Amino acid sequence: MIPELGNFALVLASVLALGGAGLGLYAPREPVLQSGVLSMVFGQWAFSFVAFTALIYAFVVDDFSVSYVANQSNSLLPWYYKVSAAWGGHEGSFLLWILIMGTWMLAFALRSDQYPERFTTRVLGVLSLLNLGFICFALFTSNPFLRLIPLSPADGADLNPLLQDFGLIVHPPLLYAGYVGLAIPFAMAVAALLEGRVDATWARWCRTWTNMAWALLTCGIALGSWWAYYELGWGGWWFWDPVENASFMPWLAATALVHSLSVTENRGTFKSWTLLLAITAFSFSLLGAFIVRSGVLTSVHSFAVDPERGMYILIFLALVVGGSLSLYAARAGQNTAKVGYEVLSREFFMLVNNVIMVVSLAVVLWGTLAPIGYEAITGGRISIGTPFFNAFFVPLGLMLLGALALVPVLNWKRTRAQVLTSVYQALGVSVLLGGLIWFALDPASLLVAGAVGLSVWVVLTHARQLWFRLGKGSVPAAYIGMTLAHLGFAMGTAGIAITATQSVESDVRMSPQSSIVLAGQQVTFTGVIDVLGPNYGAQQGIFIVTDGDRSYELRPEKRQYFAGGNTMTEAGISAGFLADTYISLGEPLEGGAWAVRAHYKPLVRWVWLGALLMAFGGILAVFDKRYARQRRRQEARQGEVTLS
Amino acid sequence: MNRASLFVPLGVFVLILTLGYVGFDLGARSELPSALINKPFPEFNARLLGRPEQSITRDDLLGQPTLVNVWATWCPTCLSEHEQLMQIAATTDVQIVGVNYKDRPDKALQWLAQFGNPYRWVLDDRDGLLGIEMGVYGAPETFLLDARGEVVYKRVGDINPRIWRSELAPRLLQLGVSIAGSDADGARQP
Amino acid sequence: MILARPGRWIVGRLILALLALSSASACFAVSQIDTFEFSDEVQERRYRALIDEFRCPKCLNTNLAGSDAPIAQDLRKVVYRLVVIEAKADQEVRDYLQVRYGDFVLYDPPFNARTWYIWVVPIGLGLLGVFVILGLQRRVTGQSTVLDSSQQARLRSIVQGTAAADADGTAGAKNPETKS
Repeated sequence: MIPELGNFALVLASVLALGGAGLGLYAPREPVLQSGVLSMVFGQWAFSFVAFTALIYAFVVDDFSVSYVANQSNSLLPWYYKVSAAWGGHEGSFLLWILIMGTWMLAFALRSDQYPERFTTRVLGVLSLLNLGFICFALFTSNPFLRLIPLSPADGADLNPLLQDFGLIVHPPLLYAGYVGLAIPFAMAVAALLEGRVDATWARWCRTWTNMAWALLTCGIALGSWWAYYELGWGGWWFWDPVENASFMPWLAATALVHSLSVTENRGTFKSWTLLLAITAFSFSLLGAFIVRSGVLTSVHSFAVDPERGMYILIFLALVVGGSLSLYAARAGQNTAKVGYEVLSREFFMLVNNVIMVVSLAVVLWGTLAPIGYEAITGGRISIGTPFFNAFFVPLGLMLLGALALVPVLNWKRTRAQVLTSVYQALGVSVLLGGLIWFALDPASLLVAGAVGLSVWVVLTHARQLWFRLGKGSVPAAYIGMTLAHLGFAMGTAGIAITATQSVESDVRMSPQSSIVLAGQQVTFTGVIDVLGPNYGAQQGIFIVTDGDRSYELRPEKRQYFAGGNTMTEAGISAGFLADTYISLGEPLEGGAWAVRAHYKPLVRWVWLGALLMAFGGILAVFDKRYARQRRRQEARQGEVTLS
Repeated sequence: MNRASLFVPLGVFVLILTLGYVGFDLGARSELPSALINKPFPEFNARLLGRPEQSITRDDLLGQPTLVNVWATWCPTCLSEHEQLMQIAATTDVQIVGVNYKDRPDKALQWLAQFGNPYRWVLDDRDGLLGIEMGVYGAPETFLLDARGEVVYKRVGDINPRIWRSELAPRLLQLGVSIAGSDADGARQP
Repeated sequence: MILARPGRWIVGRLILALLALSSASACFAVSQIDTFEFSDEVQERRYRALIDEFRCPKCLNTNLAGSDAPIAQDLRKVVYRLVVIEAKADQEVRDYLQVRYGDFVLYDPPFNARTWYIWVVPIGLGLLGVFVILGLQRRVTGQSTVLDSSQQARLRSIVQGTAAADADGTAGAKNPETKS
């Protein structure tokens, strides 16, 4: 009964989406219709929530007559994994996508009193139209409520052990919150193009939403990387897998958008860039969904392949992205402002940033899709992986760092050359430090030392400028946010440079009571015991790691899950700010010995901490008082008067 | 930005969309095309299964078209294609050589005794090293060599009646192999 | 106990499906750890770098280092043999695998007559980006008016006069506003 209710709620949501789209886009000026759209948005959220709750309910009560529950869950699963198993597969994760879409729409509707009503109605209309597409996709091709009556199994197939983890609980919701959140600036751009009005005020409205979505996407991607690191057992955290690239591409576009909006807000220029980036960022979110769910590319992360779904998404993409890009081509040229600026200015450096981001985006897109093109043209198959992407991202990253270091001292329009003195001083210090690092590295790498040196340069110039400004008075939250975000980027880059080249890995045969030396630490293997988990049995290895006078224990496991019979290794990790020690068990060998993998990974945590710092900076910027509602209500009223 | 450049993003998107559409049919394929097509079969020196004192080299395969079939007892598809191979052996004069891949010789001999042996020779590749020379990554896989020892065709997967009719039989005929039975349809009993 | 032919076919298909599932899952979440021995750190590092570079022919996008599949284990042994025992150079190892398994097995796409555009297109895009920035830079700075020597002398005198009068010294040489 409950699953049918969920299905029905979804149908109702689709009707309201249709209504919202129609009203929102057909006649946005009519006040009666405007309030109608608001209630339809609320209804879409409410019914999506009901549908999602119904699905969670089916999981929690072990309703294996529902096909999706039978495929994803099992009665032995702990309750929190039963709940998160709801989004462990394609149908349920897409229902989560729909709920998140409804939530973003509701958030926008609730805070829309600060925008002109006609604008709000158009934006909600566009969002409803998108939501209609999503809900119909779920209803027609990926319905999570399908039943297996009369052949309902007695128990489910069990959740893939790799997914029985905290990572599954947080990674998809955060990631989707970011993906879907980019629909807001998309809809605002489309609404602005439809209205024929794109200006600094519009950019200011757009910024809070974009920053929030961007911050959530950053967190989602960082979490996915961290999860892969501790779960998969080979110590890696990014593989340039098509699904990972699918999340990275919207992030690159969104980062460029965040910066471009700043220029449009402050200087009224870069409008075409900003509009295009707003459309592009969400388009890549949609493209990412296509890649993951259609089977076009091979990836370990992909959901089950189904050409019917892929076709639907392709058509949806063609309409949404094609439509918005056509609107852009037709209308974006109408509203350009010619404002001057010099090379040493924030505008120019934002432009450099935009170009680097777009080139990076193009490289990732090419690297992900070129194998398909190659196969289509020649019939042969090639692979494009880490070496290819590194060849481009190393120079791109270094260029970005170099440009970033100058940013804090730059003003809008033009900057006096004298202010660069402090920048040069900081450069001197960084070069010295970089030289020291190069000397100390083993093996010595100029690129790594250069990357770390540039990161230090960025930190120095940003810290100095923040200190300087704090000394002169209070600093707006957005400025602190920017500083933190840039510091986070520098931290992440330094972490990547060091951990990619300085990690130590040792695969050895260890018998009980033997020990090895791993990067100055002594690792002693004391033996293996049998342990029992809630739904698995495991052999647990006990390792004692001694680092100087500090000593700790690591307990990697080899688990056997009862329900599906799957085996899985769980690494034992000592997470440190400066380095991780990571041990995993292999196969048992003769004589009671075991194959053991031990990693020492310096600064690996900086990769994710840097990303979290970036996200935090972005969120801080959202709460800048200058974007408060009071100001915007006034602007909206002024906007109402001047609109024709 | 001038007028024309505003259409560039749309153009790029159309390209991506086309690629996505094309990718559909391609995505379904999971087999790897062989790197050895139109190249000589690799040199090797392999022991015979069950008769380790005897060995075969590449030269022994020359002079007539050869089917090299990679199989193993742990591979269930190999069992299902076995009948097709028996019929090929019975109805054509192509030389069939088996490569017992990463298997246990005693099990393999037992298997052949139980299900029949279509092979002129069976090579013992218990370590999989010969397989690596051939670019093999699983079983069953089948290579078609011409008389000069060049790889003309590779099939990743089983030889079933459909593959026999559409891919293998025509190529055998092209190489001058005679096939008994009407329509070169090895699936029917002669 | 001879199964009927169709029955055997069905069972075979089912087993194959299960096997495919299990071998696919064998492809990630490494539990197979090789315990090879190396003569020195450089050699070990070379080995590790190489097994990261090669793709497992059977898996859904995993490298040799990260896969449990039997073919991946075999190929790791081959790489070990080539690097440690036969003392081959890195490029020789790549060529060895490429000859047998094709371009597919290289995560670093080769640069040859078939695949040159895989590299050239993104390099071209990068260069395009550089040209865009340079072009914009020229457009931005090139619009400042160039003064001849007499105009420059006049400008200097004006500036000096204004600087004397201006208390906080913010008046500097101001070029006409550049419009892009």
